[in-house]
Amino acid sequence: MIEARGLTKRYGDKLAVADLSFTVRPGVVTGFLGPNGSGKSTTMRMVMGLDLPGAGTATVNGKRYHDLAWPLHEVGALLEAKAIHPGRSARGHLQMLADTHGIPSRRIDDVLELVGLSEVAGRRAGKFSLGMGQRLGIAAALLGDPSVLLFDEPVNGLDPDGIRWVRNLLKSLAREGRTVFVSSHLMSEMALTADDVIVIGRGRLIVETSIGDLTAQSSQGYVSVRAREPERLRQALEAGGASVVHEHDGSMSVRGLEAQQIGELAGSLQLVLHELAPHAASLEEAFMELTEDSIEFRGESPLSPTDGGTR
Amino acid sequence: MSTGRSLGAGTVSARTVGVAPAPVAQPPGHYKMSGLLRSEWTKMRTVRSTMWSLALIVVLSIGIGAIATAETRAHWAPGQEFGFDATRVSLIGVFFAQFVIGVLGILVMSGEYGTGTIRATLSATPRRPLVLAAKVAVFGVVALAVSEVVAFVSYFLGQSLLSAPAVHTTLSSPGALRAVVGSGLYLCVLGLFALGLATIIRHTAGAIGAFVAALLVLPIVVAALPSSIANSVQRFLPDAIGRTMISLRTDPHLFTPWAGFAMLCVYTAVLLLIGAVTLVRRDA
Ligand SMILES: Nc1ncnc2c1ncn2[C@@H]1O[C@H](COP(=O)(O)OP(=O)(O)OP(=O)(O)O)[C@@H](O)[C@H]1O
Ligand SMILES: [Mg+2]
Repeated sequence: MIEARGLTKRYGDKLAVADLSFTVRPGVVTGFLGPNGSGKSTTMRMVMGLDLPGAGTATVNGKRYHDLAWPLHEVGALLEAKAIHPGRSARGHLQMLADTHGIPSRRIDDVLELVGLSEVAGRRAGKFSLGMGQRLGIAAALLGDPSVLLFDEPVNGLDPDGIRWVRNLLKSLAREGRTVFVSSHLMSEMALTADDVIVIGRGRLIVETSIGDLTAQSSQGYVSVRAREPERLRQALEAGGASVVHEHDGSMSVRGLEAQQIGELAGSLQLVLHELAPHAASLEEAFMELTEDSIEFRGESPLSPTDGGTR
Repeated sequence: MSTGRSLGAGTVSARTVGVAPAPVAQPPGHYKMSGLLRSEWTKMRTVRSTMWSLALIVVLSIGIGAIATAETRAHWAPGQEFGFDATRVSLIGVFFAQFVIGVLGILVMSGEYGTGTIRATLSATPRRPLVLAAKVAVFGVVALAVSEVVAFVSYFLGQSLLSAPAVHTTLSSPGALRAVVGSGLYLCVLGLFALGLATIIRHTAGAIGAFVAALLVLPIVVAALPSSIANSVQRFLPDAIGRTMISLRTDPHLFTPWAGFAMLCVYTAVLLLIGAVTLVRRDA
């Protein structure tokens, strides 16, 4: 369990995290989403007691990080920036962490095996690829067999196989009843991995909910409809409060009414439907909609859009 | 890469979702200083450059002392024994070793910031003053052991090279043992002085700059002052303290060896104390 209450962090005159409160519960994967610079990494560093909050508190299993009796047995973290000496071997890195808690070297072998680094355990970490570095970071996070895990962009630099491996790992950790808190930019990845989501923008909480609710509530969801008499149906739907857009392929995208309501409306007017297909918003669409106003660093569109009406 | 392996002893069994796993084999009490000490020792021995630097200190410092004494003996002139400090000549390698040991002391701390290891360290052991204390203890012991080896080997080798007609001392000569033991102590405390600087400054290059400034630049600045001021100020410089500690001769403008050493210990303690405060107050 991770709890943040009124967390606030200022760097100079830049407010990185502002009065942020949330709870990450055990047993599920909780995604931590937000645009670049929204304060995800800063929040995680504050949970870990590395950055000191200007105001508010963060607790892990009810305690401040500083007060944990055996931190590695309670919390494991893979943070954004590398935390490994390039001149030290993978085993050496794990050994120096294990020493602080008297963790036996058998456990080091186990986590090296788990992340698939047994073969290169004696090689200097400076020679590792990005993905191997991530794996070593994950091994370090799991070393103390903690009940709470934080991962900041864990799939950064991993190949598709590695991404799937991390996804399965996160899920199995959650299934074992652990608290799994993971930030990511890859919405499609989060949609597959996370159960709950916490979305922030400009350091503030935007929403704390489940993935299902997030996408269901998004206005980006629509129902695709084809009918024998599309014009009549359109008028009826608009009269019923929906907004309708004709698509190039002859279908209509209907927003504001659910598929069931559309079907019943058509039935009552004896209109023949050829297709009635609900499209839930993707997590990406829901996310874009939510964070639209809090994006700080936006790239310029390569082409200025001339027609916003079609999808 | 494999996936479905068990994660940790005792956590694999089916568990109801929503219940955190029981902490595995969590020992009673709290993480301990002994663990931190072991960890710091592991950090030191698992980075090859540290071990190489230590070997470098030993070999080069002893070598420099040997060359200095052999050269002195080779060009020995009658009457040179007056005012000749055989102990000091054999210990001259200390002036080289002090820079390497300073850099090593700096890297103990700045190396963690430079590589990000500090975040792993403080995640494992969040009580920051304990981390600093463990570093001071482990580096201090290693530095002292290496420095005393350098001092004693340099001394014995140097004295044996100063064969007749050159004069030499033995450990029972007045002040000789003090100078040999003292040069080891000087090196060790200077290394901790550098560690303290690095705890405050954090960046390797900046800390090395400050260390070299304290050791090399300050004496030049002081020497440029009017001699009345220079004479009363220079005794406070680490460099002057080092010179008195390896010598048998005394200089009226300088502290006695032990008073100077006490001064150096005070500087070091102050730096480490400021370092501890900044370590606690600043973001890692
Ligand atoms: N150590 C620091 N000093 C100064 N400013 C900082 C520091 N760390 C973060 N910031 C600023 O705080 C804000 C939040 O940064 P943070 O790295 O937490 O965002 P993020 O959500 O992790 O972004 P990303 O998705 O790009 O990783 C940014 O504007 C960043 O520039
Ligand atoms: Mg980040």
